Amino acid sequence: MAPGRATSEGVSLARSTTQAPLLPEVFLRWFGKRGWTPRAHQLALLEHARTDRSTLLIAPTGAGKTLAGFLPTLVELTEQRAKPGKLVSTGRGLKRGGGLHTLYISPLKALAVDIARNLETPVAEMELPIRIETRTGDTPTSKRQRQRRDPPDILLTTPEQLALLLATADGPFLFSSLRRVVLDELHSLVMSKRGDLLSLDLARLVRMAPQVTTVGLSATVAEPAELCRYLVPQPDGGTAEADLVVAEGGAAPHVTMLDTGEYLPWAGHSARHALAEIYALIKKHKTTLVFVNTRMQAEMIFQELWRINDDGLAIALHHGSLDVEQRRKVEGAMASGRLKAVVCTSSLDLGIDWGDIDLVINVGAPKGSSRMLQRIGRANHRMDEPSRGVLVPANRFEVLECTAAIEAVAANAQDTPPLRTGGLDVLAQHVLGCACGAPFLADDLYNEVRQAAPYAGLTRADFDSIVDFVATGGYALKAYERFAKIKQTKDGRWRIAHPRVAQRYRMNVGTIVEADMLKVRLVRSRESKHGYSGPIARGGRLLGQVEEYFIETLTPGDTFVFSGEILRYEAIVEDEVYVSRATGEDPKIPSYEGGKFPLSTYLAERVRGLLAEPKAWHALPPQVREWLDIQKWRSLIPKAGEMLVETFPRADKSYLVCYPFEGRLAHQTLGMLLTRRLERARLRPLGFVANEYALAVWGFGDPALAISRGELSLAELFGEDMLGDDLEAWLAESALMKRTFRNCAIIAGLIERRYPGEEKSRRQMTVSTDLVYDVLRKHQPDHVLLRAARADAATGQLDIKRLGAMLSRIRGRIVHKALDRVSPLAVPVLLEIGREMVYGEASDAMLAEAEADLVKEAMG
Amino acid sequence: MSGALAVSGISLEADCAGALYWPEEGLLAVADLHFEKGSSYAARGTLLPPYDTAATLATLSQLIARYAPRIVVALGDSFHDNGGPARLSDDDRTTLAGLQHGRDWIWIAGNHDPDPSREIGGVFAQTLSVGPLAFRHIPEGGDGEIAGHLHPSARVYWRGHSIVRPCFAADDARVVMPALGAYTGGLSIRDRAFAAVFGARDFTAHVLGRRRVYAFPSAQCG
Repeated sequence: MAPGRATSEGVSLARSTTQAPLLPEVFLRWFGKRGWTPRAHQLALLEHARTDRSTLLIAPTGAGKTLAGFLPTLVELTEQRAKPGKLVSTGRGLKRGGGLHTLYISPLKALAVDIARNLETPVAEMELPIRIETRTGDTPTSKRQRQRRDPPDILLTTPEQLALLLATADGPFLFSSLRRVVLDELHSLVMSKRGDLLSLDLARLVRMAPQVTTVGLSATVAEPAELCRYLVPQPDGGTAEADLVVAEGGAAPHVTMLDTGEYLPWAGHSARHALAEIYALIKKHKTTLVFVNTRMQAEMIFQELWRINDDGLAIALHHGSLDVEQRRKVEGAMASGRLKAVVCTSSLDLGIDWGDIDLVINVGAPKGSSRMLQRIGRANHRMDEPSRGVLVPANRFEVLECTAAIEAVAANAQDTPPLRTGGLDVLAQHVLGCACGAPFLADDLYNEVRQAAPYAGLTRADFDSIVDFVATGGYALKAYERFAKIKQTKDGRWRIAHPRVAQRYRMNVGTIVEADMLKVRLVRSRESKHGYSGPIARGGRLLGQVEEYFIETLTPGDTFVFSGEILRYEAIVEDEVYVSRATGEDPKIPSYEGGKFPLSTYLAERVRGLLAEPKAWHALPPQVREWLDIQKWRSLIPKAGEMLVETFPRADKSYLVCYPFEGRLAHQTLGMLLTRRLERARLRPLGFVANEYALAVWGFGDPALAISRGELSLAELFGEDMLGDDLEAWLAESALMKRTFRNCAIIAGLIERRYPGEEKSRRQMTVSTDLVYDVLRKHQPDHVLLRAARADAATGQLDIKRLGAMLSRIRGRIVHKALDRVSPLAVPVLLEIGREMVYGEASDAMLAEAEADLVKEAMG
Repeated sequence: MSGALAVSGISLEADCAGALYWPEEGLLAVADLHFEKGSSYAARGTLLPPYDTAATLATLSQLIARYAPRIVVALGDSFHDNGGPARLSDDDRTTLAGLQHGRDWIWIAGNHDPDPSREIGGVFAQTLSVGPLAFRHIPEGGDGEIAGHLHPSARVYWRGHSIVRPCFAADDARVVMPALGAYTGGLSIRDRAFAAVFGARDFTAHVLGRRRVYAFPSAQCG
């Protein structure tokens, strides 16, 4: 898929013009006093608003995007208020003209709060008679109730709050006066289920308030047309789009790769080798953001930087697992310019312009060019100056990734993924929400839902399955009619069966499902042979929260870094994990689970191309050139369209290493499936390991021998039919698949969310979704939730769709090289052994090995 | 496949499906079936798939086919609540009756089903003693005791990975059985409740694999 460009035909590329008469006097004076000129795209938005056109604005950070989004509203309200207030008919009665005029939706509640504050400034300075309020999970109940009765002119809120508002009987009253909806950070919203839910709520809003127009504020994306469709209702059988305004780009970003003087590691993601160089960069700049891929990396780099922080620079840490208070402190310090550097994860990808950041360092390869551009754009507080970014590859392969990424920047290439198809689980939540608001007719709701772009292709059959699911669970066995949550009345409308249903719905709104979390509590270590084993001294401090599945990878006694400290895992007690301080020890950093995102398809393609072009290697650092040269000599450099498979012996095992270049997630799935096939081919595989570009499988059987004897065919081994029965069998056991199902079950409302800190008895009351998954698979494999989970698996953690595309791509183009020793290209992936998944994650093999080990130990 | 257990000198087989078989007596013991847990939750607003009873009955059927026991003892919490028997589907009711046919069937009272409604066959009792063995729901730690209630599960560590499975918790004088119910969760054998049963003594976790039972000292498990 070719990356999109930032402009397209028929689009107004807003160029600066002289001031148009779109702005009333008071605004012009205000701009003048500030020494500002209204930007071209801000004026363009005003123009579009005058003609009631929904619009998408694509603008980089620092381009006055937010003001652009709000100016039309501020102007309209100012002009309206100039006229005498009048009574307006609602059709059933009268109300005062006014009411809610504009809704602003942002993905972050902190963002909503900050924007509101910023908006107050021009409103106060111009003395505009406009009421601005926020509504988030933190808004007190009394204020929320008052907002429903007596709404402000502009309400800044989150997608979840909107869903809640629409699920009340007040919805129609509240939104009947709505004229505009502003969606901020749209590019990030549409990528997830949150965007699905928002699109459904938008469709509902448009029904309630047909006069409403939408404004989307977005960073650059590959296909703006998709976002333009997201913003407006889709007609039956056709498409419609909002207008597109593209702001003039600022200076092109200046991105370089750190050319380290140190020895470049072969594998690993710690970038420890470059820390002194990173520190030097921090020292040279005013404020630096140091982005890393995972929370654990952030902890580690933070620790290491402080170890060499001889100048006592103010370096802070920010990631999603830290206490909210701590994060707010860091954000506050950043905004007031008191920090020299912040080590962070994607936790700081969104948000208001933090001000004086003049450098963004990305440790490790950026996994996508769009994401990288957006990140580096944070260092752009002045449009005319280029944002500065430095990429720090952590190993030799990452040098190739970073090179490809830098080339992508130069080409202004975007690789944002295509628009999602709306999730069925999200639809289920929405359907219940609709019923909570007011009884609905299935035909009407089906038509309304299809106006949301992600659901334009929804079949009536799927819609009906969802209604059936919401009502009685969607089971072939009709056991639950009397427990139905929604019931049809005599006129065929679906209404909620009981107010309790609405109560529970409200507690479970949202599409963000956290993994089960454990609170991390500091205690005194009770060294004993078995780790912690008795009552603990009370009063330990809470350090934050950590995912339960992470702790499950640790053995009592293991040490890890968290919240800037080195901690020893003692025990899990109820919903808390007890840890003790382990200073002075080297933390055993646990297996690198990889960042949240694998290498994007686009960048992967670029890297394959780079590799296949030996003439292009002169631009690479000498250490990397050497690596590739030796690979060329000892084995092969795969051509861009081929997949190389190498086989070689090592110690007493035989290895098969393939190089699909499809990202870690797809490779993991491939590894699971290949080992099944190799087992059937009697090659006795023992384990596999994958990284972003390669997959290595090892075992007792010799694949090279089998191939030479005609007993094993690589074409068959990598056949696309592995996505049939083999995939099915694996999905039945896969822990990743079960987690995916859990997410769907919670979002769809089958299972209630678990909140950390809930009493233990409450925790025990919820059934494990893993058990539900097993039972449902056996008894109703086509259940709508299983289908929803499969759809997620196609693109999520299992990346099945990408794997399928790869298998199709390499058909007939596999190149086999039999070697007598490990190749240079294989070294990085082999170095990952010991940190990654072993074959048979849920099979008895592990139990048998563990038991055998014990026996051996015991027998001496 | 099963593993061998000896309790108070009696030879027992621990089946990897989660049941205990006493060859000499032809007695099969199962615990915590929690029939109709799905429908119990549905009544309270969580519409779990209504297939758990059928799934648990399927496991039970396999076990009974394998051992052809003379006596089946269900060690309590056989139903998720007292009203469970009344909610059985016709199919499940028939299946259950078929399993009970031609053998003795004893329902031990549990805390969830202290007094289940009597729409089903079998004999209802608080406890059962056979020779040196005593069958009850909640373990008290006495000698010769076979109990359920705690739903033991063990986390087995190996080379940086771990796996959680239900298990039998046993020493040479008592056994706490795993729960058989399709929707039953597990309680870690490191929980205090197990220390209360076994005291400070080590015990063995007989972990249920897919094909056989694996034995680990309790102290090695998480």
